Amino acid sequence: MQNTQDSKLHTQARRIRKDELAARNYRLAASFPLFLLLIMVVGFFLRTQPLLEHSSVWEILSGMQWRPSAGEFGLLTFISGTLSVTLLALLLAAPLCMLTSLFLVEYAKRRALTAILPAIDLLAGIPSVVYGVWGLLVIVPLVPQISSFVQPWLGSIPLFAANNPTGYSILSGGIVLAVMISPIIISVSIEVLRSVPDGLRHGSLALGATRWQTIKKVVLPRAMPGLIAAIVMGLSRAFGETLAVMMVVGNTPLIPRSIFDPGYPLTALIANNYGEMMSIPLYDSALMGAALLLLVIVIIFNLGAALVLIRANRRAQV
Amino acid sequence: METQIKIRDLNVYYNKVHALKDINLDLPRGQITVIVGPSGCGKSTLLKTLNRFHDLADDTQVTGHVELDGVDLYAPDVEVTEVRTKVGLIAQRPFPLPMSIFENVAYGMRIHKLARGKELRDKVKHYLEVAGLWDEVKGRLNTPARDLSIGQQQRLCLARGLAVEPEVILGDEPTSSLDPISAKFIEERLEELKKDYTVVLVSHVLRQARHLADYLVFMYLGEVVEAGPAEQVLNAPKNDRTRAYLQGEFY
Amino acid sequence: MKKRWTLAHLEDRAMRTIMQLASLVLVGVLAAILVTIFIRGLPFLDLDLITKTPQGGFFLGGEGGILNAIVGSLLLAGGGTLLALFISLPIAFGINVYTGASRLASLLRMALDVLWGIPSLVYGAFGFTIMIAFGMRASLGAGILVLTLLQIPIMVRSMDEVMRMVPSELSQAAYSLGATRLEAAWSVLVRQALPGLVTAVLLAFGRGIGDAASVLFTAGFSDRIPTSLASPSASLPLAVFFQLGSPFPEVRGNGYATALVLTVLILFISMLSRFLARRLSRNVIR
Ligand SMILES: Nc1ncnc2c1ncn2[C@@H]1O[C@H](COP(=O)(O)OP(=O)(O)OP(=O)(O)O)[C@@H](O)[C@H]1O
Ligand SMILES: [Mg+2]
Repeated sequence: MQNTQDSKLHTQARRIRKDELAARNYRLAASFPLFLLLIMVVGFFLRTQPLLEHSSVWEILSGMQWRPSAGEFGLLTFISGTLSVTLLALLLAAPLCMLTSLFLVEYAKRRALTAILPAIDLLAGIPSVVYGVWGLLVIVPLVPQISSFVQPWLGSIPLFAANNPTGYSILSGGIVLAVMISPIIISVSIEVLRSVPDGLRHGSLALGATRWQTIKKVVLPRAMPGLIAAIVMGLSRAFGETLAVMMVVGNTPLIPRSIFDPGYPLTALIANNYGEMMSIPLYDSALMGAALLLLVIVIIFNLGAALVLIRANRRAQV
Repeated sequence: METQIKIRDLNVYYNKVHALKDINLDLPRGQITVIVGPSGCGKSTLLKTLNRFHDLADDTQVTGHVELDGVDLYAPDVEVTEVRTKVGLIAQRPFPLPMSIFENVAYGMRIHKLARGKELRDKVKHYLEVAGLWDEVKGRLNTPARDLSIGQQQRLCLARGLAVEPEVILGDEPTSSLDPISAKFIEERLEELKKDYTVVLVSHVLRQARHLADYLVFMYLGEVVEAGPAEQVLNAPKNDRTRAYLQGEFY
Repeated sequence: MKKRWTLAHLEDRAMRTIMQLASLVLVGVLAAILVTIFIRGLPFLDLDLITKTPQGGFFLGGEGGILNAIVGSLLLAGGGTLLALFISLPIAFGINVYTGASRLASLLRMALDVLWGIPSLVYGAFGFTIMIAFGMRASLGAGILVLTLLQIPIMVRSMDEVMRMVPSELSQAAYSLGATRLEAAWSVLVRQALPGLVTAVLLAFGRGIGDAASVLFTAGFSDRIPTSLASPSASLPLAVFFQLGSPFPEVRGNGYATALVLTVLILFISMLSRFLARRLSRNVIR
């Protein structure tokens, strides 16, 4: 009797010890993401260090000249390429995706939604290079036509000026990216909109509000934080995309002034030149600096989004 | 008794489920009608036909007529939002809108442009008083409505519904998610409201039905088995099923 | 109660129409992508393409296929997914079971969000600097390692999501029977979350196959099927990319066909994950 009691206690003690050991190990494992993030930032920073001793951060960020052999590593051209393509993608995708998600959840028949949702999820998984192929086949040939079509009206505005006979342009990159991130944004947005309880909608409709009034005053305020998160998710994908953009954007190191101009995003710069980066002094440091820049922007982006989310969440509580 | 709502040959189908079968009813103006019957007999379904809430579901079919003061709510040229303005609904569970207490009551008035500025503030106060909530919330009108207790939320929803000046108020077991004291509070409000409004309630609680009803409708398996002045149905039911139900033989 | 065209109703109508148009445009474009890939790829798709490795002059319009890229992609993504699974599960456990709803947990989730948003190119560049530091060359092994890093945030985030959905009453039921956290996690959490976990793994696998920028730096490209972890490996997205850069129409055509193969592979994985999730969710208590 005494014996079994003892052994029982013994096993129990062992189980608890095992649990405590596991707790320590799992907590350690859980800190891995933080650790990885830190190593990446520090690693890129150390590799960028030689360049920073050579020229100041400001010189690098605002420099227009990229001549590695002359020791000039101005990134402004590439930063402007990345920003303009991403911004254009956002301007195209965000409204279309919001309208589509709202239509599917608030107006369309349930059956239409359940039929379309799996297809959207499938499309969200399609590799970016496939979107690039489509851009090359369809969008690049289409853009010169769009350009000559809008010239009579908008040609005098610099943003729409046509200086580029080919379709390899900021607009092509923006369209491809917009289409690429749409399934992601829609899929998340639909989830967010569906998590708004029907009781809220009914509360508003029962007062004689129209669907749109209900959406505007009840659904959107409530869903806003989630919708912002959805757009931010899409935005980070567009921002860091490499191959799909490279295939259609022209990769000409000029600051784009019109949406029909070619551009040269940071990602394309790194991907095109990493092979030779050990051949010229400081070249590798400059490319790693470009990667660090991408990393830092993504981090700032996420922190910013988190802050916006916290604030928007607080407002949605009201 | 003056009839305000006239229901003729009403049928409702959920896909294949025939939920309401040939309903014919006359509901009196300025009284409280209580619909009772066992679970799944179609009480909520009937109530939703009165403010055309079935429009919101894809697979639900409504045939027949519901007339409010002689106007067929289902006529093609009738505007559904107007129907819902005239016929208010208090849901089973309160769903305060994601805004402040004040804005919740002001919401409908803003949408229908019924009042603004000082007048709006006065009306918000008035309807909060009618719903018996004013004294509890007058100091915190701008705080989120969801911070209220469930009972207070339900009274807020009542104030919100009254603010668009309906003629009929529907309630689908509006007290069933509340504690007994809050429930009693709502009941008292409803009793006072029948001075100015026609009230149609679904209730599961026989005590509540006995207490509130001027007119009683007993439903069973999608049909109206018996309907009439509450006194008469309660004390001398004509139908055996009604009697059995009232004696608590089934729920 | 007659219909009147008030401003509110006009607005409702207008918005509805705009939304309908937007949906049509977007869904139409997305469908057009699949159609384009099929129409342009199908004529160039034949048995040789998926059963042979590139022969001499393949990238100049010569004989052969893309078996090297198919096998390479499967090895890269498969290896990465396996490694990522072994690392992600403890991370997801650690966050869910052992840090709970604390501040630390939200910090970790935020770090994961940031990692999720980091461009795959940056992962590639990171792997590349490490390879240079250790004097390694582009290889299957290096590609697998970088894909692992890339897949971890994808996997942990979706695992975390499904584990958070498991009602806490279930774990509490296990605790009330005297189970430790570890035992409860393995018995209740994993079983409940299994369909979600399978989806998470397949999602990461799909991303691994489709990702190009990271393996561009680390796995290189090769016309042969890799024989060891140290030999360079081809991958499908890069095969598409390189073939499309060719001036020969025949080679570009093969590129379209390769894109089609890649798309079909991804569609297959998506459907498999759907099917498995449905299968496995039979044992789940809701
Ligand atoms: N959305 C729906 N789809 C299909 N069938 C439905 C739907 N809603 C209700 N029903 C069916 O219609 C019948 C009537 O339902 P209803 O909700 O009106 O009953 P009820 O009298 O309100 O019941 P309870 O007292 O439980 O609320 C039931 O058989 C129910 O199963
Ligand atoms: Mg009911």
